[in-house]
Amino acid sequence: MNALSRLLPRDVVRVGAVGLRTRPLRVLLSAVGVAIGIAAMVCVVGVASSSRESLDRQLALLGTNLLTVGPGHSVGGESSHLPVDAVAMIGRIGPVTSVTATATLAGAHVYRSDRVPPAETGNITTLATRNDLPDTVGATIADGAWLNAATARYPAVVLGAGAAKRLGVTSVAPGVQVWLGSRWFTVIGVLNPVVLVPELDYAALVGWPVAVSELDFDGYPTKIYARTLDEAVGAVRTNLAATANPEHPSEVAVSRPSDALVAKDAADTTLSALLLGLGAVALLVGGVGVANTMVISVLERRSEIGLRRALGATRHHIRLQFLAESLLLSTLGGVGGVLLGILASAAYSNYQTWPVVVPAWATIGGVLATVLIGVCAGVYPAWRAARISPTEALGAS
Amino acid sequence: MITLERVGKTYPGGVEALREVSLTIDPGELVGVVGPSGSGKSTMLHLIGALELPTTGSVTIAGNDLSQLSDNRLAALRGRTVGFVFQQFHLAGGVPAVDNVADGLLYAGIGLRERRRRAGNALERVGMGHRLTHRPHQLSGGEKQRVAIARAVVDDPKLLLADEPTGNLDSASGAEVMDLLRELHSGGTTIVVITHDRDIAAGLHRRVYVRDGRVTA
Repeated sequence: MNALSRLLPRDVVRVGAVGLRTRPLRVLLSAVGVAIGIAAMVCVVGVASSSRESLDRQLALLGTNLLTVGPGHSVGGESSHLPVDAVAMIGRIGPVTSVTATATLAGAHVYRSDRVPPAETGNITTLATRNDLPDTVGATIADGAWLNAATARYPAVVLGAGAAKRLGVTSVAPGVQVWLGSRWFTVIGVLNPVVLVPELDYAALVGWPVAVSELDFDGYPTKIYARTLDEAVGAVRTNLAATANPEHPSEVAVSRPSDALVAKDAADTTLSALLLGLGAVALLVGGVGVANTMVISVLERRSEIGLRRALGATRHHIRLQFLAESLLLSTLGGVGGVLLGILASAAYSNYQTWPVVVPAWATIGGVLATVLIGVCAGVYPAWRAARISPTEALGAS
Repeated sequence: MITLERVGKTYPGGVEALREVSLTIDPGELVGVVGPSGSGKSTMLHLIGALELPTTGSVTIAGNDLSQLSDNRLAALRGRTVGFVFQQFHLAGGVPAVDNVADGLLYAGIGLRERRRRAGNALERVGMGHRLTHRPHQLSGGEKQRVAIARAVVDDPKLLLADEPTGNLDSASGAEVMDLLRELHSGGTTIVVITHDRDIAAGLHRRVYVRDGRVTA
């Protein structure tokens, strides 16, 4: 009896690679099919993670402890307003670290000059503001200065980033004025965009005293911003309505601006899931491409198969060879695709100035998925190859 | 070494390639199987090489009755006991001669380094020691067939089967290949050469004539 045929494991890899080496172009093309699918999926996960990481960092920086209080609607449906002393009352809640307010001046519109027709308001809101607004909401000055105790009493205005752009105020120079509530106000500062309170971006902010004295302001705040200790956000939130308007707590609307950002990100996640599904379809198509390449490879190599059978290969060895080839082919595509996906995520995240985050589970999962595809795509061709009779394969010898 | 007993082979579709063939080849023989194309001599080679099983009768090679062997055992028999030489050489393109020969040991479970060492020795034996790193397209037909013979004998098979080994060669290269086969025979290997060329057959010790699926002489 002869010793049985044996194929060493590393020779399985070698014979699997032979088929790839001898047909580089076809191998490249079918590997690209898999690579595109994997790259798409890794990229979607990478971009979503980077966006999430960016949001997390932003929230960590801005804080999630800002609460806003606004007037809601009375039982009758007409809009109500907050009591004048709501700000002071909220400030007395223990865990509240700072509190400030703005009031919408519905009758005062802002224009670039007195020649602009009154209807062209530019959709810019005029707000009376307390001087401690920037500290509480996390607003920063892009140019010029914020209101102080003195300028708050005079016709001075600070513009939100979007409002400045709409009014064409490109820089804060002495003598730059806007026509606000039928009188000239001097622009003393421009804000950077305020992420947590985007309504400030399209606002013209004037001091509380000047609003009362010059713009017929009744003194009722319309929006109160409160910072609390991080651990007390929930508790403060439940008490805020009753504190702000003890008589009609139901007429107060309390919200947490950071929730809006998180919700927006959650919406992005849904979109990511859809894109991930598309990536999976692309991957499936890539897998079919690999199977197709393998079937053709088997058909073309009948004589090689016959020779190997004559040299002592068992059916099992032939099956192994073609499975190995399929596996190598699709793993090649998988590794290429993961690299491509990481590159694409990095490029997009850099473009968005996000930190680059590609989770390890996505890259490892991507490679594992291609291994699975390689096996699935290789099973049928390998089975066909193993069934080829040695003499049939050697042809007309 | 080889015993065919009342062997018949019928292919699907009803083609009867061999009928009632009985033949014995002893160890150390140098035999020519001669016949025109379509006579069934290739089928006979497939049976003797354990590439196919007979429809009727029995084939015994080196003491193994083929019908009793599993696919794994048949593969082992082909790999260890029988060496094959084909008319079309069947060398892997773009692969150096030494690695083409080393593939003859691929399914013997031997490491690559040892395979290459023994492949080098086999190439020396067939007079191709100076062509180790040449690729098939850099070799002449006669050289290719010598590389193929080296691959067939690298594992020292007891039986060497050559199917029209000179069919694709000019007469000078063909004569060289036949000389090489005779040399291997004098080293103790049993050799069966299939050919339709009576001149080639005339240089062999024993001739078996096949016609219409039967042994005629």
